[in-house]
Parts: sequence; C-alpha cells; structure tokens
Amino acid sequence: MGRAILLDKANIPGIRAFGVYRAHGGYNAAGKGLLEMTPAQVQQEVIKSGLRGRGGAGFPTGLKWSFLDRKSTRPRYLVCNADESEPGTFKDRYLMEKLPHLLIEGLILSSYALGVRTCYIYIRGEFKYLVGILETAIREAKKNNYLGEKILGTDFSLEIYVHPGAGAYICGEETALLESLEGKRGNPRIKPPFPAYKGLYDCPTVVNNVETLAAVAPVIGMGGETYSKLGFGKSTGTKLMSACGNINKPGVYEIEMGLPVEDFIYSDEYCGGIKNGKMLKAVIPGGSSVPILPADLILNTSRGEARLLTYESLAEGGFESGSMLGSGGFIVYDEDACIVRNTWNLTRFYRHESCGQCSPCREGTGWMERILYRIEHGKGRMSDIDLLVRVAKNIEGNTICPLGDAAAWPVASAIRHFRGEFEAHIK
Amino acid sequence: MLKVTIDNIEIRVEEGTTILQAARMIGGKVVPPAMCYYSKLKGSGGKCRSCLVKVVKGSAKDTRPMPKLVASCSTPVQDGMVVENTISEEVQEARKGVVEFLLINHPLDCPVCDQAGECDLQDLSFGFGMEETSTVEPRREYPVVDIGKLIKLHMNRCIHCYRCVLAAEQLTKKRAHGMLYRGDTMEISTFIQTAIDSDFSGNMIDVCPVGALTDRTFRFKSRVWFLNPMNAHRECSKCGGRVTAWMFGNEIYRITGRKDQFGEVEEFICNECRFEKKDINDWVIEGERKIKRQSVISGNHYEHLKKGSIIHPIEGTTEPQE
Amino acid sequence: MQDNKIKHHLFVRENKSVAFSGKTLEKVNSLISRYPEGRQKSALLPVLHIAQEELGGYLSVDVMDYVALLLNLNPMEVYEVATFYSMFYLEQVGKYVLEVCHTGPCAICGGEEVLQHIKDYLHIDTGETTPDGMFTLKEVECLGACGSGPSMQVNTEFYEHMTAKQVEKVIEDLRQKTEEEGSSKGWAEQFS
Repeated sequence: MGRAILLDKANIPGIRAFGVYRAHGGYNAAGKGLLEMTPAQVQQEVIKSGLRGRGGAGFPTGLKWSFLDRKSTRPRYLVCNADESEPGTFKDRYLMEKLPHLLIEGLILSSYALGVRTCYIYIRGEFKYLVGILETAIREAKKNNYLGEKILGTDFSLEIYVHPGAGAYICGEETALLESLEGKRGNPRIKPPFPAYKGLYDCPTVVNNVETLAAVAPVIGMGGETYSKLGFGKSTGTKLMSACGNINKPGVYEIEMGLPVEDFIYSDEYCGGIKNGKMLKAVIPGGSSVPILPADLILNTSRGEARLLTYESLAEGGFESGSMLGSGGFIVYDEDACIVRNTWNLTRFYRHESCGQCSPCREGTGWMERILYRIEHGKGRMSDIDLLVRVAKNIEGNTICPLGDAAAWPVASAIRHFRGEFEAHIK
Repeated sequence: MLKVTIDNIEIRVEEGTTILQAARMIGGKVVPPAMCYYSKLKGSGGKCRSCLVKVVKGSAKDTRPMPKLVASCSTPVQDGMVVENTISEEVQEARKGVVEFLLINHPLDCPVCDQAGECDLQDLSFGFGMEETSTVEPRREYPVVDIGKLIKLHMNRCIHCYRCVLAAEQLTKKRAHGMLYRGDTMEISTFIQTAIDSDFSGNMIDVCPVGALTDRTFRFKSRVWFLNPMNAHRECSKCGGRVTAWMFGNEIYRITGRKDQFGEVEEFICNECRFEKKDINDWVIEGERKIKRQSVISGNHYEHLKKGSIIHPIEGTTEPQE
Repeated sequence: MQDNKIKHHLFVRENKSVAFSGKTLEKVNSLISRYPEGRQKSALLPVLHIAQEELGGYLSVDVMDYVALLLNLNPMEVYEVATFYSMFYLEQVGKYVLEVCHTGPCAICGGEEVLQHIKDYLHIDTGETTPDGMFTLKEVECLGACGSGPSMQVNTEFYEHMTAKQVEKVIEDLRQKTEEEGSSKGWAEQFS
C-alpha cells in the first residue's frame, strides 16, 4: 500500500528549489487547472475526489468550499492553516520543509477554484525557519509567473503571504487563527457567523490545513475520480501519518487510507515495531486530543475486525471502544508507559493552551490538571476518578470551540480504558 | 417576522434577534441567566456559558436539533426554531456545571464583598450551585491591585466576562486596561503602573456582574440591602444625569446607573455624577426605585425560593416552589 | 499540592527611546503592506517577533509602546497580545533561551530527563537565567517535533534527539560561539 502521491518527490535532492520541482513534473497540475479548466471545474474535481480535511475534523473539502459566500462583493480569502501544534503531529512541518512548492501549487489551484486573490499561510511561530523556506519558494514561483499578476498569461492573479503565529495551540482553531491573523489575541470566535460568510476582515474566507491544500495538486493532476479510487470507502486518497513514541522508526509516512493499524505499527516500512522489543500498551491514533485506545482495541475493533487507518474504522465503536483519525498524529506507548502520568501531562498541555475565554475550558482544564497532578504525586482520592469523569463531561460540548472537547476526551478515555491504573496510583 | 418557541411559549421576533433576546421578550422564568452578555455592549456574550439552551428544532426548514447546547445570547433565532431552557434536564445539568466552574476559583468572600446582595454570581449560585465544593486545591490568588483611586479591582472574584473591557473600549477614549495573559491565569489589568481615569470609567463597576470591580468611595460603607434606592437626576454636561441614588435617611451613600430588570443600566453615567455628587442637594430626588429583581437586594433575602429554582430577574415572576 | 498563586506584576514604563534601524523599518513597512489598508494591526505578531529579536531580547513596555506607535494602535492592544502568546518574553532573558519540550511524546522518550539534566548542569530552575546572563531555561509545550524528540529550541532554532550528553554539548558549543559565527537568519530576514 506504499502509494505516495504527496511525498513521492520528497527525497529528490534539491526538490525545495523551483527548478528541480518543475523538472520533476511539479506545477503541471497548476498549469492544467489554470489553462484547461474553469474554477468551477477545479472545485468539481475536488468534490469528486472525496478529499477530506486533514487537519483533524475530516470534513469534506469540496463541501466546505461550496459554503463560501459567492454573492458577497467583498474580497475572498484563502487561509492555509499551518499552525500545526497538536502533540504527536508533525506532518505539515515535514511537508513544508521538504516540498514547499507542492503546498504553493495546491494554494494556486485552490485559490483559482475559490476566486481568491490573496492567500495567507498562517504558520506557528516556532517554525521560524520554515517562514524563510516558504517565502523563498513564493519568490521563485512569482519569478516564474506561477504567482503574481496574470499567472501563466491568464486573468488570474494571486499573492501568497506567510504570517507567523507566536506560540498558541489555540490558533489552530480556524476562527482563533483568523483573530490572530488580524493581530489579536487568539480567542476563537462565537459561531455563527462562520468564516465562509464572515472570516478574515469580515470577508468570506476558507481555512484549510496544509496537507489538505497540498493534496489539491495531485487531485487535479490525476483527476478527482482517480483520486477517489485510492483509499478505502469514504476515506479516499492518502494520508500523512506522523508516528512517534515508543517505536523503532518515528517519522512521517504517507499511507494509502485503509492500511491496517497492525501493519502500520509493526511493518518495517512504517513504525517498525515497538522499541526494545517491548509490548504495545496503547495508542493515541490522531493527535493528543483523540481518545487513547488500549492495544487490543487499536489493533481490532470491539467486533473483532482489523482496525484500519481510515476515518470510519478508527471511529468504529464510538467513544466506547473507538477513537478518531484526527490529524494523523500517531503516538505509541509501550508496556512501561504510565497512563496516569501521560494523561496528566497532556492535560497540563491543554490547561496551558486554553485561551481562557469561556468558563468550562478555562476553569475545567485547570481543575482536571490539578486533580491529575495530585493523583500522579500520591495525593489522589478514590473519588477523584469519578470527579474527573464528571468535570470532563461538564466541559465537553459546552465550550465556544473544540479545545474543550480536545481536553476532555483524553481524560475520559484514559479512565474508560485504564481505570485500574488510576486506582492503583491512588491506593 | 420569525416564529420561535421557548419552553413551549411561542413568540414572533424580528430577524437577527437572539434566543436570549426573544426569551427576554417573553419574560418570566424562560429567561436564561446572563453573566457576560450585556445588550448595551457590542460584542459581549458567548463566554460564560451560563445561558446555554437546547435547540431541539433548528428551524422550519431544517428541523434537525442542534448537536450541542448553544449560547442563547449569541445564537440568532431561525423561523420555526424550538428551544428548551428550564424544561430541559440537560440544560439544567450543564448550567450547574458552569456555575461550579465559575465557583471553583471564586474566593466566596461574600461576607466582605460590597457586591453581595446585588451579585449575579450569588443569584446564579443560589439557583444552581452545589451544597458542597468538590475541590481540595487552593483557589487561584491574584495580587490585589488598585486601578486608580475610584475603582477597586479584586481579580480573585473576576469571572472573565469581558464586560468592563468592552465598556472601557466603547465608552472611553483610550482604554487603559484589558484582558491579559491567557487560560486560567488570565486577568484584567492595566499592565503598567497607571491609574484609570476617564470620565466614564465608573461604568466598569456597573457592568461588572460580580464584586471584581467596586466603587472605592462606597467601600465597606453599607450593605446594599440596608439602603433605599431612589431615582434621582441633575443637570450634567457629560451624561444624562439620570441615576439611582442609594440613600440611608437623607444621606447618599453611592450613585449608580439605573439598572433594569436584567441588571443592565438604562444609561451610562459619568464619573462626576457617580463619584463626586454625594450631597442630597446635588440631586432632584424623584422617588423610590423599585428593584425589579428577585435577589437579596429586593428584601434582604431570597423570597419564596427553594434550592434549585432559578432566580428570575423580573419582579413577581418567581413562582413559589412547592 | 500545587500552589495557585498568580505571579503577574505591573510593569514600569521607563520612557527609554527605542527604534528599529532604517533597514528594519523598511522591512516592517513592507510587512504592513501585505495586509489591506487599515488592517495594519495584522502585522502585529511578525513585528513583535522582529522587535523582540532586535530591540533587547524581550518586549519591554517601551518596545511595545514603540510598536503600538508604528502600527497606530492603543498600547493596551499590544500588551494584550504580547501576554497571550508564549513566544514573547516580558522580562529580560539570557543570551540563549533553552526551551525544552516536555509534552506527551517528548516526555515519554526522555524529555523530562533532559530537562532535569539541564537544571542540574546549569544550576538553574525553569524560568531562571544563569548568573552570567548566558542561558535561560524554559519548559515549553509541544514544538511540533515529536518524531525526533526529545526536542528543544534555542532562540527558535531546533535541536532534536536530545540526550543528557547531547544537551551538554549544545550548551558548551553555545558558550564557545562567537558573535561572528552568528546564528541563523533573524525574523526580519525570513520575509521576502
């Protein structure tokens, strides 16, 4: 299943340069889209491809694009979400570092489809060196008439700017990102209105993840229908998985969706098995905010079917026995890992990253962290376990943005599957 | 006009009306509590989550329920929408959770707080608070800060509603305080050593739902329920000069804006009226002001209320619970 | 039990004069022009990065007031933003800021040990600076380098696969580093 359509050129020497990328067929898709297709046709291909948001939510990209307010006379914006900050996720960094022109090609096609003339790449500030890499690539593309005025002699013009964040996980939430891009605190907006109507500067805006936008290039290159045949069921195409934790080969892997989890963990092509010959204990399959699953449930669903790397298969069983594909941040824990300490650690992360705007998240993340700190440091009470479950439940669904859910799920799932370990810590 | 049903009561409202506004039009017990929303402050609302309601039918066109509880203060009504507030168990549970969150770091220092008796958090806690606290951890403690000689800031009591920031932004020329830091260390502050002095800064006190911002000229002078609120007015070059004078005998203890049944001032007033005119001869006293809220302030106790019932801001709408 | 005292304090405006060089100012103006007319506030984060790097290593009140002036903002808007984002320092830091990731994936492959080792090696706790003003140690949350953890950033440069031995070497190399060798490109140079 080692089909690479995003990273196929990643290891070509010098591929970061425009000339090398172009010589290897780069920007052919951009040429095809701009010269042979109408914007509506480009969008149609994306719809046909079944491409879904790679940032975590998995929402169909073509459908998201179709919500854009096209009646408005105000400028439209495309914003590329490169604020990759979800623990366990480092695929966008890899993609931008290796293949900046692939992202730019995807942005050109997407902007063309959406009728956008200005596009911003919002990148987390810690990736400072990538700002330079992307800006250089943009300059090269402009010099070669793939950006700027009248691209390839058409009437389509586009500027792309890189905009750095400054250390805030919450800016990965699309409306917090827009606030931050406007130079404000990264407080998520209250929706409605949605960005498709009132986004950046109150103008119609589409926000998509780096990987999603980069994938638009191969989608147009091979055609939506061909792309849709890759993958498995409604999880079409390929997905970048960033694997880390107690495995032999941490790294970014492009998989065709539908790869069995077991193969991904144990095959030498991917994670290469558990480090030091240890046993697998648990996996967080889609970035730190999705539910953790114990070894038996990550390898097989509760119905005994092999778990696959698809949106549907990982979610099989709901939150009782399933999880989510999320951003593809695949964190593996071996038999020595302490689930309590890990849950405390991740909850500390969410406490630190809560914007503080709404009460359940501001107070709830802090409360959970303090309870878990106590348990981890030998001051737990047996009643704390149910208290944690109750606090998580009171946060979930009641906040302005999904950070509340993201903080609640790891706690709820850790207790659901590893309650005994919490009890042992307290005893 | 759009038709919306809240707790089985139907009303027609203009397009753009929020669920909370529609509920206020109906009045009575269907009105959700609001700790951060303030109709006179643009951009307020959505943050405290105490006004969460359940939308069981999105609209006549799209009859699906909304997947999550929504903040009624910032969710616009759709035609044919059906909303549940008091009749939804889920809403009541979520609200209890929100109140608990607002209280886990609150110092519960009502006995020494000037806001006691007219505090929205007190009312909300009476309705939805738990008998006992589930926390054993120490509560959050901020250094106590004075922001000028007129306003006292007790950050420990703040519920981060943003109202004072919006008031300063919208009523004064150059806002000198703001919401700083983030998460559960977030605070209202001037950041630098400075005094807040603008002609309208005192309104921050009136819009504060809790005792975080209090009037230093009234500090520890009296419990509010011992005072008689009187409508009063004067000729003022800066504001409308229509205020509530809080009196004991012939003495004015404090001046505030005139608050309506939802605890919002009818008009913002200037600092001169609020802080400098404490002599009865400064004012034309119009007569007693009825406080239209069911709170300690309206009679030194919560009347006819049993634990678990909502404090309704409108006079006479609290139904005795059996 | 963790204490729950918030340790923020009020800052002082010293009224020292600060200003970008002519070259940097040109870059700042070109950054402002990337955003629509009247939306110059959008340039705040990039400009604050440049200001922090070029005007003293941290955002003093005077520096923030200067940025407010450049972007035509109320200084309070700048303070609100600067205190929100974790990459901005409000107080003087050492020449090198060691920011060690201690979030989940880095923690399970040795991040906490690396952090402890730096504390022992430099005799400072997190948030502190060595007496010679060379190093400040900070714990940070996820740097997005989980596959090559434990990871660390020194003045926004990535150091990956850290071990106790490795960080000692990094620290010693930094001590030896002269000004001429310089560090990688600054914020201003990142932008075209």
